[in-house]
Amino acid sequence: MSTAVAPGPPQAGAVRSKSQQKRRNRYVIAPLVLIGVNVVLFLVFFVWPGALGLLYSFTDYRGVGKLNFIGLANFQKLFADSTFYAALSRTFVYTILSVPLIYVCSLGVAALLVSKAVRGRTAAKIVIFLPWLISPIVVGVIWKWMFGQDFGFVNFVIATLGGSPVPWSSNGNLALAVVIFASAWGGTAFNMLLFIAALKNIPEALLEAAELDGANAWQRFLNVTLPGIAPTSFMVILLSTIHAMKEFAMIQALTNGGPGTENTLIVQYIYKTGFEQSKVGYASAASMVLMVVLLAIALIQLRFNRKKA
Amino acid sequence: MATAANLPPVIAEEAALGAEKAEDAKGKPGKSGNRGNREGRARLSVPLTVLMWVIAAIYALPLLWFLLSSFKPGSELFSYPLSMIPREWTFQGFVDAWERVDFAQYFLNTATVAVVTTVLTVFFSACTGYALAKYNNKGTRLFFVCILATTMLPTEVILNPTFSVIRDLGLYNSLAGIIVPSVLTATGVFMFRQFFLTVPDDLLHSARIDGASELAIFFRIMLPLSRPILFTLAIFSFQWRWNDYIWPLIVLNDPKWYTLQVALRSIVGAENIDWPVLLGASVISILPLVLVFFVFQKYVLNADVSAGLKD
Repeated sequence: MSTAVAPGPPQAGAVRSKSQQKRRNRYVIAPLVLIGVNVVLFLVFFVWPGALGLLYSFTDYRGVGKLNFIGLANFQKLFADSTFYAALSRTFVYTILSVPLIYVCSLGVAALLVSKAVRGRTAAKIVIFLPWLISPIVVGVIWKWMFGQDFGFVNFVIATLGGSPVPWSSNGNLALAVVIFASAWGGTAFNMLLFIAALKNIPEALLEAAELDGANAWQRFLNVTLPGIAPTSFMVILLSTIHAMKEFAMIQALTNGGPGTENTLIVQYIYKTGFEQSKVGYASAASMVLMVVLLAIALIQLRFNRKKA
Repeated sequence: MATAANLPPVIAEEAALGAEKAEDAKGKPGKSGNRGNREGRARLSVPLTVLMWVIAAIYALPLLWFLLSSFKPGSELFSYPLSMIPREWTFQGFVDAWERVDFAQYFLNTATVAVVTTVLTVFFSACTGYALAKYNNKGTRLFFVCILATTMLPTEVILNPTFSVIRDLGLYNSLAGIIVPSVLTATGVFMFRQFFLTVPDDLLHSARIDGASELAIFFRIMLPLSRPILFTLAIFSFQWRWNDYIWPLIVLNDPKWYTLQVALRSIVGAENIDWPVLLGASVISILPLVLVFFVFQKYVLNADVSAGLKD
């Protein structure tokens, strides 16, 4: 991305006239004024807590008093802590199951919404987009209401059809399934918009050429459409993955990590240790691990994307 | 700052670039060869339309069920057989939520946070995005990388240290503590940067030749030009802030400053959930966004604009 606009600083050795000096000031000072506030916010709310978090992770800090350095003890304890592993692996399971579902749902819906054969596309688009407006907390509430074990709509329908009620909240795996459905329901809307934009940009001539060559709809989709939207696919997968790894609000409302602590995800684990038990140092160590995981995910996916391109 | 709403700009950029390339290659679709296409389309029209609307119905169902339930009296909520349409319509849940749970106060708090943050976010994102797009020096290049980095370290990852910072700054338990840190968003900065990159530099040069000062160029020419982005980001920011849970959760302690999301969470997290109140309160909390959305729809659903953003 070239952003070259303002003339660069005068070349070394050139005679600097007064006007040149003035112009230079203007090109340095004006952007500084414009980015000033955000630079301060960046330093105060990003660099500072980031550094503090790293610092805390080497202490047994509990929210008050002096910092007492204990070296790598937190990390040693963390890597032997089965609840930490449970939270981390549950987060991975959740991510691995929910991201493909979100991808398929949003791409499928987007493909239907750009197809000229479908009637009432604008209205359908609005209906499917509505969940975007709803906060993760309320998404949790809505799905808790739908899948209530004793009072939910879904179990009522199952019972009416002659089945026996499904233990949506007392069985850990089923509870996770509900969380995954809810995440797909809430996550489709925005990704769908991205896919619609990408699909509209696929040259129609290419699709027509493929058709003339005798490719059927599925082959056209596989060999023309999918490669055409690869950058968007990559973006949607990366974003959804990072989003899933730090899922917090929705699960707080939906299952609160239950049944028991079976579905406690990693951010919730950090919140519980850091705030409810105020083991700040220990929670910070867990945060550092999560950060490394997020970074690794981003780097792997970036690399994968480069290779393909 | 680094909110759930942020995505790594590089990636968005690549996608946007891809889209541009595709646009170039698109050209004018030929008229020939359309007949077979059209016949196929007519044949597929009915099944595809049905499929689309079945999917739309599946997406609408949870929301519809929720909405209709909120009009049922408490006694009807759990009485089998359940019925989709309330047998008896009542507004009691809404009234209870509004009065008993001090919801009016939470509503006001949330509105204050959402509006003030949105105004600040839009303004400072425009400033920063413009500077990053139109001034190419070491400082702006470095800051671009910094903004990019914020997307890799979301607030969720640094909960405790963020809390310490808020406390040390004296922002704990105040609305300012939610507003100030949320002003910087990578998404906002990136949207504006992307937009200003497409504004021709000639405009800038001729204004300079006419003797306009750098800041005047920004405020008089560039900012008015960016109106569509401005609206889009405003709606996005309003939605992020209205629905935000994590910042209010760590910053607020006193219930009188609670925002809607924190209040809702305390209702749903209770030992015995008061469902009539919870349903009413949740529906009330959704309404303002639905209203904003239907007024400014085109700024959100305009697919071209969304191509460069994140959720």
